[in-house]
Amino acid sequence: MAERVIAGRAIVAGDADGEALVTDESLSFWGGYDFKTGEIIDRHHPLNGVNAAGRILAVPFSKGSSTTTAVLLEAVRAGTAPAAILTTGVDSFFALASIVADVMYSKSFPVVALSANDFASLRTGAHLLVERDGRILLSDGEAR
Amino acid sequence: MTDRDREMLDGRRGPACQLAMSIVVRMADVYGAAELMDISQAHIDSTIYLGDATLEFAERLASLGARVAVPTSLNVSGVDECGWKEWAVSPEWAAKAARQMLAYERMGAVPTWTCAPYQTHMRPSFGQQIAWGESNAIAFANGVIGARTERYPDLLDICCAITARVPAVGLHLTEERAGQMLIRLTGVPAALQQDDQFFAVLGHLVGKLAEDRVPVIDGVAVSPPEDQLKAFAAAAASSGRVAMFHMIGVTPEAASVEQAFQRRSPEETIDVTVADLRAARRELTTADGRELDMVILGSPHFSLAEFRALAPLVAGRQAHPRVAFLVTSSRLMKEQADEAGVLAPVAAFGARITLDTCILASPMLPPEIKTLMTNSAKYAYYAPSLLNARVTFGSLRDCVESAVAGRVVRDESLWQSA
Repeated sequence: MAERVIAGRAIVAGDADGEALVTDESLSFWGGYDFKTGEIIDRHHPLNGVNAAGRILAVPFSKGSSTTTAVLLEAVRAGTAPAAILTTGVDSFFALASIVADVMYSKSFPVVALSANDFASLRTGAHLLVERDGRILLSDGEAR
Repeated sequence: MTDRDREMLDGRRGPACQLAMSIVVRMADVYGAAELMDISQAHIDSTIYLGDATLEFAERLASLGARVAVPTSLNVSGVDECGWKEWAVSPEWAAKAARQMLAYERMGAVPTWTCAPYQTHMRPSFGQQIAWGESNAIAFANGVIGARTERYPDLLDICCAITARVPAVGLHLTEERAGQMLIRLTGVPAALQQDDQFFAVLGHLVGKLAEDRVPVIDGVAVSPPEDQLKAFAAAAASSGRVAMFHMIGVTPEAASVEQAFQRRSPEETIDVTVADLRAARRELTTADGRELDMVILGSPHFSLAEFRALAPLVAGRQAHPRVAFLVTSSRLMKEQADEAGVLAPVAAFGARITLDTCILASPMLPPEIKTLMTNSAKYAYYAPSLLNARVTFGSLRDCVESAVAGRVVRDESLWQSA
């Protein structure tokens, strides 16, 4: 199994271990994520119908509603949030949701910014280990 | 950080200030801000009740004695406090959403309950530093008024209001407000630009083209009324992440293309044609037949000017008994419409009015309502996902004619011939 390491920048530090779910299209969680199930429900989005709960969601940035953060907070409380979120730039919405989840429920999720090239190299289904310093250990192929 | 900032952070100004300031400071680190700065107004989008987490956050702050430190308006809530019983809202939802409303009122915010705070007495002024949540209001404040707000998310907006401090970054700073990409309208006739669907459609397209950049729109040949700019901002902030835009000749900071780009060069230039606009307009319609259960107007909340435009279209007429006709608005606008004499003909037509909230923020529509028609690109964008409804997008006149006919009727002549 091919393994490599991506050096990301930890925006909100934390550990996560899971299967990558990758999209190159931005997402609004309000109107785009059902926090009761973890399913992506944006009819305009290529991941519509896919469940992201517990997976490592790679999405370039948030778009749309300010309520994206509140939906993510609900998802953390309900146990349906992604295990981590990887972005291309610094996305304040995802970071804020993780910070408030930490304050309210002592449960945060890592948010890591990647270079455009590293982001583009990610594939759905790869197994990812996110470390506190922002490093991502990646093994292609079947998730373990 | 000032002495006051440190006093907040170490708890000397009470536990609510401490909680709020701890979140502002952590976010300053996320943004890479060198310092904090003052704001003099806030608009709170955290009012939208989603579930236990949003309620627990609001009640935690309120129970700690949180008070807003600047004039603060409130966005829509999860329930029409006085009218919810006429709809499919469960008593449990209504009770919890009302508790969340009460929590924010207890913090000293003004109960405006609207997503169009720029159409109330709390409209900010040019250059004013503010912390606003609500995507459409952020884009309007920056792009139409020239007030300065970052794109604030729910849960952070209230922390900024409590501390009156924000990280000094992004759209608060002159250089960060510069345009990054140019969208040129080419061969788009003024007659089409005068159509009341035009700016909503343009906004939908601009949101998609801009991605994460500040767009500059050149080629607007008309003077758009404020509600058209409202429709543009709401559409661009739904299909995309537009928090700031420059419309040449409209945005106060964009008298010219050079000024909008602050004399820098666009990263990209995209020409938009009538064909592109037609395609964008088509995307807003997800229904395929002429069936119609409900006409829905008012996202963002219907204004007095919109009530004035609607009244003569419906005067002396009746909506078809099979079609519900709903307008979502604010208490203030309803009162002003009533005083202006334009509410009575709307009510006589058979329209109902929902206040404080909207069909997306409150689970109010009964399941038998499956097909909607609207002149709002924001409703058209979100309703398929949030309500599992099929939507037809059309002009205000199309919406009225369809409600009377009992089925979708659209005048396509202008969009086909343009």
